[in-house]
Amino acid sequence: MSETAEAPAVNEFIAKTVAENDVVLFMKGFPDQPGCGFSAIVVQILDHLGVGFAGVNVLQNEALRQGIKAYSDWPTIPQLYVKGEFIGGCDIIREMFQSGELKTLLTEQGLLS
Amino acid sequence: MPMPAADLEAHLRDAFPDASITIEDLAGDGDHYRARIASSTFSGLSRVRQHQLVYAALKGKMGGELHALALETSAT
Repeated sequence: MSETAEAPAVNEFIAKTVAENDVVLFMKGFPDQPGCGFSAIVVQILDHLGVGFAGVNVLQNEALRQGIKAYSDWPTIPQLYVKGEFIGGCDIIREMFQSGELKTLLTEQGLLS
Repeated sequence: MPMPAADLEAHLRDAFPDASITIEDLAGDGDHYRARIASSTFSGLSRVRQHQLVYAALKGKMGGELHALALETSAT
């Protein structure tokens, strides 16, 4: 099946995933076994803050790997979503973590006490 | 597939003529860069939007020719 034919199903999967989970990380590999240094950094930050998240391994499916890039208009993985909103990739998450903005955001969203 | 730093800078310079641009080749392999870009274009935009503009300037090379580009953007 071509990627074009799969695109609507992939979009639907992504939309459903970010709607049903407060914090979603589209990443390479799994939270306990990241497949890329950039994904590993974001996992470490989320773990450090103590926020639960759904990790979606984009390497499981090429249509998903390309689909998430189109969905977010963002060319790289990882990608973090909070309450359905795209927050950023590795650089932005690291910057927001260091400045304290990420913790503030998660607290305001009621995801950290 | 590596990209020379000069090419990367030329792409960014075309898109952000007023910008102050600093590029570092992090691994010395032409494939892992850090770019600091300060441009008035970024004024009032979220970080996501700022980085999206940079990726757009690279015309699809990010994630393909360029494996890693750490970005720091700011308004001047």
